[in-house]
Amino acid sequence: MVSSAFPSAAAEHGEHPPYLLHHFQSVEQQADAANFAMWLFLLSEVMFFSGLFAAFLIYRNWYIPAFVAGAKQLNVGLGALNSGLLILSSFSLGMGVWSAETRRKSCLVLCLILTFVLGLGFLGIKSIEYAEKIEKHHFPGLHYSLSSFIDPSSDQAVSAAGERPLPLDMARHTELYFSLYFAMTGMHALHMIVGMGILAYMILRAWGGAYTSGHVTFVKNFALYWNLVDIVWIYLFALLYLVSRH
Amino acid sequence: MSTSTLVPPSEPIAPKIPEDNYLSRGYGLRSWLLTRDHKRIGILYLISLSVFFLIGGTLAGMIRLELLTPQSDLMSTDTYNKVFTMHGVIMIFLFLVPSVPATLGNFFIPMMIGARDLALPRINLLSWYLYIVGGVLVIYTMVAGGVDTGWTFTTPLSTHYVNTNVLSTCLAIFITGFSSIFTGLNVLVTVHKMRAPGMTWFRLPLFVWSLYAASIQMVLATPVVAIAIVLLALERTIGIGVFDPTKGGDPLLFQHLFWFYSHPAVYIMILPGMGVISEVISTFSRKRVFGYKAVAFSSVAIAVFGFFVWAHHMMIMGISNYAVLVFSLLTMLVAVPSAIKIFNWTFTLHKGAITFEAPMLYAFGFIGLFTIGGMSGVFLGSAGTDVHLTETFFIVAHFHFVMVGGMLMAFLAGIHFWWPKMTGRMYPERIAQVASIVTFIGFNLTFFPQFILGILGMPRRYASYPPEFQILNVFSTAGATVLGAGYLLSALYLLWSLKYGQVAADNPWQATGLEWQCQSPPLTGNFTEMPIMDHEAYDYAWLEGQNRNRRKVGHR
Amino acid sequence: MSESIHIVVGPRVYVAVLLSLLGGTGITAWTALLNLGIWNPVIALSIATFEATEVVLYFMWVKYSPRLTWLAIAACIFLFSTLISLSLVDYMGRAWGNW
Repeated sequence: MVSSAFPSAAAEHGEHPPYLLHHFQSVEQQADAANFAMWLFLLSEVMFFSGLFAAFLIYRNWYIPAFVAGAKQLNVGLGALNSGLLILSSFSLGMGVWSAETRRKSCLVLCLILTFVLGLGFLGIKSIEYAEKIEKHHFPGLHYSLSSFIDPSSDQAVSAAGERPLPLDMARHTELYFSLYFAMTGMHALHMIVGMGILAYMILRAWGGAYTSGHVTFVKNFALYWNLVDIVWIYLFALLYLVSRH
Repeated sequence: MSTSTLVPPSEPIAPKIPEDNYLSRGYGLRSWLLTRDHKRIGILYLISLSVFFLIGGTLAGMIRLELLTPQSDLMSTDTYNKVFTMHGVIMIFLFLVPSVPATLGNFFIPMMIGARDLALPRINLLSWYLYIVGGVLVIYTMVAGGVDTGWTFTTPLSTHYVNTNVLSTCLAIFITGFSSIFTGLNVLVTVHKMRAPGMTWFRLPLFVWSLYAASIQMVLATPVVAIAIVLLALERTIGIGVFDPTKGGDPLLFQHLFWFYSHPAVYIMILPGMGVISEVISTFSRKRVFGYKAVAFSSVAIAVFGFFVWAHHMMIMGISNYAVLVFSLLTMLVAVPSAIKIFNWTFTLHKGAITFEAPMLYAFGFIGLFTIGGMSGVFLGSAGTDVHLTETFFIVAHFHFVMVGGMLMAFLAGIHFWWPKMTGRMYPERIAQVASIVTFIGFNLTFFPQFILGILGMPRRYASYPPEFQILNVFSTAGATVLGAGYLLSALYLLWSLKYGQVAADNPWQATGLEWQCQSPPLTGNFTEMPIMDHEAYDYAWLEGQNRNRRKVGHR
Repeated sequence: MSESIHIVVGPRVYVAVLLSLLGGTGITAWTALLNLGIWNPVIALSIATFEATEVVLYFMWVKYSPRLTWLAIAACIFLFSTLISLSLVDYMGRAWGNW
């Protein structure tokens, strides 16, 4: 068995970058490993959401009238606006990565801040939507109210659209729709909040020049995470807001 | 090739432990609790796992004591429910799932592939801390009065009908699940990106293949039980209705999501053990593993097929007959790769120079007991017989044969096999051989009667039973005592050997893995020079050449 | 193999993908308000999948990533579809006539 000296162990510290960890042979290997690790983590997140998607698929096909009634309570315009904000934030983050790779520090900081602001916008609109639902007693649990679905005159949105009331047992299933709505968008929002926290940390570090000196792995891997959160929203928007309107 | 059955290994003992090793590099609590060394993290896991095994084993003792008599007289039925639930939760999530991957896997995968550490050392440490947090939560649950739903948390019992600590247990399992995900993630990245030059996929030790396969399942299956638990918690607290029939939910949906993980979980538990067996059988027959590629591909096949069979745990629960048929068929398929491995190990033994050290005795135990357990699984996979045997002691016997007779024996085989490498000390061979035989006898006496009890109709998870079942239960409890004595003996002499065991040489078993080229115990960086792999796996001819050259890559 | 480390994706690609995604969002929102029967879910999910693919290929650089990344993603998609399809074997096979 032939052996050769470990490059990183044998080299003096000046010969390899300070961010190269000692168990890696090269910066490429380290970045490659970090990238693959991030992808595996993202795949585990996809499997995490998959249970919710399975539940949604099954219950929507069991209770289509209830899901239609529930979906009509959502505002497609606000949902589309949220989609737009997230897509723009993915774009700004991509531009941030490009800035880091081309060593444009102020551009990077600007892009990260823009991503953060767009994320805040998304969460703001989400809280408006949530507040409206909670006010109408559409949050599942003890205070859930069926009146919007069995008595259209009690709900302006429903009566304005000329909807007919649901039979009682089907009306009960609307609570399932809202449970899935809050569970799925809530889990998504939780992931966004975590992302925004990391983004805030990154803005501070970027301001100090951490990502514009050749070591862009952190920004790139964060962008992978943020884009996954965007993809989840793309599907949530389609399933919750769009497919059950008729 | 020599035909004598006792081939004395060359230089099994050394004069003294090397001064510079991973244990001596830094003393004190901080150096251990903030370590990034995969070997130290493996030892941390080993210690914490042993503690939880002790707790889970005590609970098992309590179960067997209660079942000595037909009446529920030792404890109330509610308490009995809590005891077997905690036994299951601890043994599965806090012992079996992390056992080999987090101890032996953490310790040896980098060394086997020629790397200096796992790809993500800090994530590795985080895994351990998450495991400890989960473990502490489980202990809190026990202290706060336990949970009595069974480790399977069947809805709607767990969501609407019990008043016990379901939520804290759910949180514990959720957190421990992430520990498992991160360990699996680390292994996958390490094996893909950090193999030494020349270490191609088909030169890897089969231990690495098995852990790779288990890691795929860890990363992809565990999140599904995580979401199942989240939904369970929401159902229990808010009443969202996803598992509540009165609101239109389906309790079986929880089971689908739960078993989608929990079936692959059993392969997460057994695959690493199978990896250990590959190493041990090869080393103690001095022969390369028969059918390397078959064993390697079977490991991955088990991991893949293991995802397709989960509803065989639900056959009596109300799934459609069509689903029963499909899952029964798929279950028959998943048995095939496991059988292939058993055949390959048996053919490895053929014309080998076999010796009977303790790891080999445990490996023999594994082959016999896992085969019996696996074959009993076929009875359960077949829908017609499953209807009668499920939820009886037949199931209990089945999974204890594969998990205790299989996995736990493999774990002990691995601990003994790599003990000289991890600690620099040899364990006392004679006592270890005695302990392995005691364990084997105790195991069979404990669990074989349970197959019969199951066929006769004794249900599981019941504190009382008809008096005609008592004699078999008495045998089972007697066996449990012997089994416990065997484990205790092992723990005692292993601890004893830390101080008084013979000092081990680098390669006391004359095994071929790269880890045996390192000193015992290894250096913190494992290798002093980058090893370059230029021979096939299990190449004993190469090892002979190595011994002649005495080229040292793992020594100061 | 680490091409994605070295390939720097430029703003032009990002802008093109951005416009495509925003356009897709507009189209899907508009078609959802029309009653197209069975085609509503088909169109919405097709557009969603197209958008997700664009994000994965360009914003997440999978187009420039090693084959291993492709394999891992494919394995995950396969597993996701296994969860859905084998669960459906149960739900569609039940004799309640609800499907």
